[in-house]
Amino acid sequence: MHDVIIIGGGVIGCCIARELAKKQLKTAVLEKKSDIGEGASKANSGIVHAGFDATAGTLKARFNLSGSEMMPGLSEELDFDYRNNGAMVLCFNEEDKGKLEELLERGLKNGVTGLEILSQDAVREKEPAINENVKYALYAPTGAIVCPFNLTVAMAENAAANGVEFFREKEVIKIEKNNTCYLILTGDGDSFETKVIVNAAGVFADDIHLMASAIPLTVTPRKGEYLLFDKTVGEMVRHTLFQMPTAYGKGVLITPTVHDNLLMGPTAEDIDDKAGINTTADGLDIVLKKAGDSIKEIPRREIITSFAGLRANSGQGDFVIAEASDSPGFIDVAGIDSPGLSSAPAIGIYVAELVENILPSADNPEFVSKRTGIKSRAGEVICRCETITRAEIIEAIRRTNNLFKNPGTVSLDSVKRRVRPGMGRCQAGFCAPRVIELIAAELKIDKTAVTKAGPGSNVLEGFL
Amino acid sequence: MKTDLAIIGGGPAGMAAAVAAYGQGTKNIVIIERDKELGGILNQCIHHGFGLHTFKEELTGPEYALRYIAMVEERKIPCLLLSMVVKIDSGEEPGGTHRLSVMQDEKGLFEIEAKAVILAMGCRERPRGALNIPGYRPAGIYNAGQAQYFVNIEGFMPGKNVVVLGSGDIGLIMARRMKLQGADVKMVAEIMPYSGGLTRNIVQCLEDFDIPLKMSHTIIDIDGNDRLKGVTIAAVDENLKPLPETAEYISCDTLLLSCGLIPENELSIAANTDIDDVTGGPVVNDRFETTVRGIFACGNVLHVHDLVDNVSREAAAAGKAAADYIIADISDWGEAKRPKIPPKTRYTPKADRNFDNQLVCIGCPASCLVTVTKQGDGSLTVTGNKCPVGDEYTRKELTAPTRYIASLIRVNGGKNNVVSVKTAADIPKEKIFDCMAEIRKTTVTAPVKAGDVLIKNVAGTGVDIIATCNNYD
Repeated sequence: MHDVIIIGGGVIGCCIARELAKKQLKTAVLEKKSDIGEGASKANSGIVHAGFDATAGTLKARFNLSGSEMMPGLSEELDFDYRNNGAMVLCFNEEDKGKLEELLERGLKNGVTGLEILSQDAVREKEPAINENVKYALYAPTGAIVCPFNLTVAMAENAAANGVEFFREKEVIKIEKNNTCYLILTGDGDSFETKVIVNAAGVFADDIHLMASAIPLTVTPRKGEYLLFDKTVGEMVRHTLFQMPTAYGKGVLITPTVHDNLLMGPTAEDIDDKAGINTTADGLDIVLKKAGDSIKEIPRREIITSFAGLRANSGQGDFVIAEASDSPGFIDVAGIDSPGLSSAPAIGIYVAELVENILPSADNPEFVSKRTGIKSRAGEVICRCETITRAEIIEAIRRTNNLFKNPGTVSLDSVKRRVRPGMGRCQAGFCAPRVIELIAAELKIDKTAVTKAGPGSNVLEGFL
Repeated sequence: MKTDLAIIGGGPAGMAAAVAAYGQGTKNIVIIERDKELGGILNQCIHHGFGLHTFKEELTGPEYALRYIAMVEERKIPCLLLSMVVKIDSGEEPGGTHRLSVMQDEKGLFEIEAKAVILAMGCRERPRGALNIPGYRPAGIYNAGQAQYFVNIEGFMPGKNVVVLGSGDIGLIMARRMKLQGADVKMVAEIMPYSGGLTRNIVQCLEDFDIPLKMSHTIIDIDGNDRLKGVTIAAVDENLKPLPETAEYISCDTLLLSCGLIPENELSIAANTDIDDVTGGPVVNDRFETTVRGIFACGNVLHVHDLVDNVSREAAAAGKAAADYIIADISDWGEAKRPKIPPKTRYTPKADRNFDNQLVCIGCPASCLVTVTKQGDGSLTVTGNKCPVGDEYTRKELTAPTRYIASLIRVNGGKNNVVSVKTAADIPKEKIFDCMAEIRKTTVTAPVKAGDVLIKNVAGTGVDIIATCNNYD
């Protein structure tokens, strides 16, 4: 019997897992996919928002600010990439200056520090590539960027090192309530007994919720499409450049990534299909068109890939984080859309408090807060674009595999998200065969069993 | 480590440059190669069509590579394998030495100091992302060259039902390769109204196997969450904009992209050489020196070549120049500019071609559309050919067409599971699949040496199957 089972191994589930690891609780994470961070956590802007955007008094405002404040310390403690590059909200019309001031007011109310409105000249001085139409900008020096993949991995690895169990390829299909506990049934015929359930299932959180509660909850996937550019143009902008928010979110942003690429997006489109992570010609056009408002010239020749992610939108204008009133011990952590990544560490702490209220427990005296990432080291280069060596890739394969209690696959994408072979300009053209070889050798499986992103996505069909 | 000449890349360009520099008197050379053996992309190009200019005979890629590897070995030119140059520092003063940062397993990160450097890193393929094709991102999408590596180096088939986007030579050659290996190649779609591939590849890779070539078509959507399920193709207008009303869904589990090659010049840029906007490679003077003194460039790093023979010739010139620079300190070689690029071939299908009695002659690059008429007495008249080659080619094509084929045979106990092979001579065209069937059921035991006969008298043709590369235990 577990004390707590977290359904969903995204950044939210992993942050909660790490907080619960600080307590003497038997905690497990059930992930449907073959790896953690397979949903919105792998396809987002990688932004740590300063916190001026959310309405004061909301959970979003509260957790964004504290998450953003925690992030630099966590990046040291857990060894993931984070850069405090500062952010700007660009304003293109004289008449919109009022809205910019509103935003500044809201930021101040939320407790964001250092906010100021910059004149056109001041903006241009900070960002020479800026479009000449930009009239003013709200400058947020605490805005930052983070590696969403390794933030998730770091949280999970540290949680696992402190006793949290991670299970992969465990799709929850049914939840049964008994007098004292819950029984969770998974698609592979397995079952888990637990006192508390934390529902961190991203866009599927409504489905999971309805397995345990009769109170309506809907989560709508809101698709965001992105374009990623080569590192050659990664320094085109230094800050994260937002546009004035609209009813559909923050508009299109342009930002450097912590790995020195340039990222543009996202679009915002409500869709029905929770697996609809396809990009569209229209979506990519919108990104290019809107981004063209922010900077003088889009370096189209330097696009290396495009992708789409699904935000989990609750339709309530705020995160839904609470124990279901008709299901004691069942905690929803739903509707975690933007600024979800920024808020994740603070959500972790809050949810751990909710668990503590339900199931009081002593602190874990053996908790080790520090985690070390995979260090780059000299050696035979497997990924030439990102200069990733064999030893780094092997370590990524082992860490992925060892994170989980149960056997499963280690995919090319898992390795790619951890140490970046395939993230570069050739998009795995050269390194994929080598990484496949290393995965097959490490896991002692046939090369044809190696997948791109978990079961069903095998890369090779068979020997001649 | 100090050397006179450091050559970055051990493919056809790097090897030819090394051999030529050696011949010109520079003996202190090192070749730095990323892969575990010399030869570069040639090793996966197991088909015919290399060496007609350089060696006056038609070789496969591995055989062409072996010729140069032998020359490098004869001269005892040292090679660092599985080693990658990550940085070049040429100092502030022009004409000084160049310090290369190199990574490998044994020594980790170390420096090579060289008087001159030749950049010969080759090129890479334009990936799906750079083409901006919307849709899902499942497994099953490969660059054609990557698929070629899987099939020809490792012996693995990436899939069974194939669509090829882009009619560059690698795409055409892989369409045939997959077909020979039993895949269903549904079509090659080309966004332009012409193909950048060689006419002989259009004929021998597509027409021979009835693989449709859809000109002015592109892929507008990719379907499949885990593994590729299908693609949507559509015709494009004269501005290359897809016409949605022409959209057609094609089921497939494999998409090969052959949509252009990009010279790989990140290192050249980091070394401060000036890059040409059109070629994507460095500008060079008449002797292939870049704008950084003592750094030369040749092969596909400079611009993407159609023929390896041209790479070898150009690289030899660069190698000689580097030797002259090292030995005689010659410096005044004129202004660096965009290198001369031979005109690219452009095959445009003739819309009014009658497939019953017209064929494209591939006897020479003129690609004449030849018409054949059967006379009352049974003899054939050939018209439309601009030269006598057309007459001879056409008669043979119609009466007794023959082809070379190249494939792989399984190997037990070798360093690789497979060895590349070819027919020692051309075989009757109608025997291609009989011949493949025999090849596919054959397994041999290592060691295998290039030239070894692995199947005698394949499919009763009187022709042997011989190895085209070495595979030792």
